[in-house]
Amino acid sequence: MNNLLRICVLLIIVIAFSCNDNGSNNPMFTDNFDRGNMLEFWADEIIIPAYNSYSNSLQDFSQKTDTFFSDPTPSKLQALRDAWLAAYLDWQSVSMFEIGKAEETSIRNFTNIYPTDIDLINNNLLSGNFNLVLPSNFTAQGFPALDYLLFGSQNSDEEIFDYLLQDDVSSYFISLVDRLNSLTTAVLDDWNGDYRNTFTSNIGSSATASTDKLVNDFLFFYERFLRAGKVGIPAGVFSGSEEPGLVEGKYSSVYSKQLFEKGFSSIVSFFNGISFDGQAQGSSLNQYLDWVFQESNGAFDIAQDINEKWANVELALSNVGDNFGQQVMDDNSKMLALYDELQRAVPTLKADMLQALNIQIDFVDADGD
Amino acid sequence: MNRAISTYLDKSSKAAPLAVFRILFGLLMLISMIRFWYNGWIEKLYIQPKFHFHYLGFEWVKVPGNWTYLLFIVCGLSAFFVMIGNKYRAAIVIFFLSFTYIELMDKTTYLNHYYLVSILAFLLILLPAHVHFSVDAWKNSNLSKEYIPRWCIDSIKLMIAIVYIYAGAAKLNYDWMVDALPLSIWLRDKVSIPIIGPFLDESWVHYLFSWGGALYDLSIVFLLLWSRTRVLAFMLVLLFHLLTKILFPIGMFPYIMIVASLIFFSNSFHERILQNIASLLRVSYKKFCNGFTYHSDALFKRISIGVLVLFFSFQLLFPLRAQLYPGNLFWTEQGYRFSWRVMLMEKTAYANFKVVDSLSQKRFYVQNEDFLTAFQQKQMATQADFIIEYAHYLGRHFENQGHENIQIFIESFASLNGRKSQVYIDPDVDLLTLDNNLKQRNYILPLNDK
Repeated sequence: MNNLLRICVLLIIVIAFSCNDNGSNNPMFTDNFDRGNMLEFWADEIIIPAYNSYSNSLQDFSQKTDTFFSDPTPSKLQALRDAWLAAYLDWQSVSMFEIGKAEETSIRNFTNIYPTDIDLINNNLLSGNFNLVLPSNFTAQGFPALDYLLFGSQNSDEEIFDYLLQDDVSSYFISLVDRLNSLTTAVLDDWNGDYRNTFTSNIGSSATASTDKLVNDFLFFYERFLRAGKVGIPAGVFSGSEEPGLVEGKYSSVYSKQLFEKGFSSIVSFFNGISFDGQAQGSSLNQYLDWVFQESNGAFDIAQDINEKWANVELALSNVGDNFGQQVMDDNSKMLALYDELQRAVPTLKADMLQALNIQIDFVDADGD
Repeated sequence: MNRAISTYLDKSSKAAPLAVFRILFGLLMLISMIRFWYNGWIEKLYIQPKFHFHYLGFEWVKVPGNWTYLLFIVCGLSAFFVMIGNKYRAAIVIFFLSFTYIELMDKTTYLNHYYLVSILAFLLILLPAHVHFSVDAWKNSNLSKEYIPRWCIDSIKLMIAIVYIYAGAAKLNYDWMVDALPLSIWLRDKVSIPIIGPFLDESWVHYLFSWGGALYDLSIVFLLLWSRTRVLAFMLVLLFHLLTKILFPIGMFPYIMIVASLIFFSNSFHERILQNIASLLRVSYKKFCNGFTYHSDALFKRISIGVLVLFFSFQLLFPLRAQLYPGNLFWTEQGYRFSWRVMLMEKTAYANFKVVDSLSQKRFYVQNEDFLTAFQQKQMATQADFIIEYAHYLGRHFENQGHENIQIFIESFASLNGRKSQVYIDPDVDLLTLDNNLKQRNYILPLNDK
C-alpha cells in the first residue's frame, strides 16, 4: 500500500510538472477537433452533391445517346460530344472518392483507364460478345473508349458519323454509356441509402476509419491520377521519353487541360472544405491541420504551405496549352514545370500532413508495437 | 564467488511456474498464428509483395511462395505441441526455427515483440519446461518432476526485466519526456474512444502517459519481484497493457507481456492454475507432484549455462550498440532495432527515386507503388537500409529492362515527431554505390533540430 501511495504522489507531481511546463501556452482544456463534423460536411456538401451532378450529367449523356441513334443528325452528334465532355468533367470531381460502393465496384478502373485499347474494342465489336464487367475489359470502356469512338475512330467527322451508326458500333456505344450509368447509380444509391451514415459515424482513427481511408484516397488520386496520369506520364517523367499519346482525352485532344483543371480544383476544394456548389465552407483537412498547428504550438503551418504550393501549380498551368499532347510535343519543359509544381506538394502532403493528422496508411491494419 | 555461483545453480524451485509459462506461451503463439492467417496477412504481407526487405546477413531467407502457408501450419502446430508439452524439445526447436524464419522473411514487418517471441522461444529450448504437467511427463513418469533448477525460472525473469528496463531507459529522451512526443500525436485524434476519449487531446494526459509509461517500464519488474507489491504490480500490468491495447493496434503484444509477468508469481499461485487446468481436463495433478527434482546430464547443463551466459551478455550489450553511432538515433535508426525501443517515435517520410543514365543524362522517376505495397513504401521511406536495398533492386530491374549506365538518386523528406519534414538522404549520392553494412551512414543528412 505504501508503494501505491508513493506512485500516486509521483504521478501527481508529474502531472503538476507537465501542466506548469506547458500551461502558459496550452489551456488545460481545449475543444476537440470533431472528425464527425468533417465527415458530415464531406458527405453532405461535397461527395453526394458531386455524385448527384455526375449522375445527372450521365443521364443527360444517355438521353443524347438515345436521341442521336434514334434520329441521327450532325448537330446531334455535336450535342452527344458535348454531353460526353460534361459527364467526363463531372467525373473528375468524384474520381477521388473511391470509397464504399465505388471502392467495391472499382468504379475508376471501369470509368477512366487510358490509353484505351483499340484492338480490344475492335475485337469486342467484331465478336459482339463482350462482358464489360470483366477487369480484362477495363481498357475497352469508360470515357477513354468513348473518346476514341466519338473523336478518333475515323479520320473525319462525317466518317465518324457513319461509323457510329453501324449496328455493332452503336450497340457497343450504348452498352458503354449504360455501363457508366449503372456503376454510378449503384454508388449514388448507396450514398443515399445506408452508406452515408456508415461513413459519417466511422469517426475513429485507424486504417479503416473514414477519415484515414478518404485521405488516402485523396492522396492516391492526387499522386497517381492527377500528378502522374494526367501530367507526369505524358511528359515522360516515369519513362524518360515523351509520351504525348498517353494523355487523357487523347482523341478529342483539346480537352486534356480542362479535365486536369477540374480534377485539380476538386482536390483543392476538398482540402479547403469548399462545398460542391462553391457556396459554403466547412470543416476540412485545412481546418484540421490548423487545429493541430495550434494544439501543438507548431512552427510550420502545413495547410498554408500546401496551398502556397498549389498556387504555384496554377501559375505553371497558365503556361500550358489546352492540348497537353500538343504541349508535350511543342515544348515539354512547360509540362515538366507543371509536374514539378504538383510534385512539390507531395512531400508536405505525405510526410508532414499524414503525420500531423496521424493518418494510417491504406490497407495496412497490421500490428505495430 | 565460484562457490556462491555453484550454490545458486544447485538451488531448485517448483516446476509449476515454468509449466504455466510454457502452456500460456504455446497457447498465445497458436492464437497468433491462427490470427495472422485469419486476417489475411500471410497473403498480404508475404505472398503478394514482389519484393521483400532482408536483414543484414539473412539475405538468403526467402519467402517460399505458397509454401508460406505450410510454414505457418508448422509454426502453429509446434506451438500447440509446446503448449501440451508433447515431444517438447523437438517442438520448441521447430517453433523457434519456423517463427524466426517467418520474421526474417521481410523486415518490413519488424516488431519488437516478434523479436521477444523469438528470444523467449530460444530460451525455452534450453529450459526443462516439459518435465511438469505435460504430455511428455504424463507418458514417461521417469521424466516427471516436481522441482527444477531455480535458474531456469530466473532466466525468464531476467529476460523480462531486460525488456522492461531497456524500454524504460529508452523513453528517457528529450522528445518523450519534455515534449510528450510522439504520444501527443497519437493520442490527440483518439477522442472518439469511449470514456477516456474526451481527455485524449489534453496536453496533461499526454504528459501523464509519457511519464507514467517511462516510470512503469523502469519500476514494474521490481514491483513484481517484491511479494508485497506484486498484486498491485499485476494490476498495473493489466492497466498498462490493456490501455495500450485500446489505444494502439498492437495485436498480441499486451497479452504476451501480461502472461510473461505471471512468472514472477509464487509457486502456489501457479500450482493452483495447474490444478484448475487438471480438473478441467479430468486428470490428476497429484501425479506430477512426485517430489523429484530435474537434473539434466552434466554436459547438457554445462552447455546450457554457457549458452545462457553468452545469451544474456548479448542481450545486455546489443541494445547499447546505438551509442557507437553519432547523430540522432531516431533520425538515423542505426542500432534502433532489437533494442527494446518501443513506440518512441512517429516518423513519416516520402521517397522519390530518380533513375539516371550516367552517360546520356537521360532520367526518369520511379513509381514506388509499381514495386512495393503501401506498407513497404511507408517503412522503406523512413529507414536508410530499406532505401539502399530497394535502390539495388530497382537497379537490377531497370538493368534487366535494358537500361544502361544506371545511377539511382533519391529525393527524400522525412518528418520526425512533429518536426517539419526535411531532406533525409543525400540527394547527390548514387545509391547504387552504397551497400548495407554496419558502418556509419554518412549519406543520411543530419537532423536539423528546431
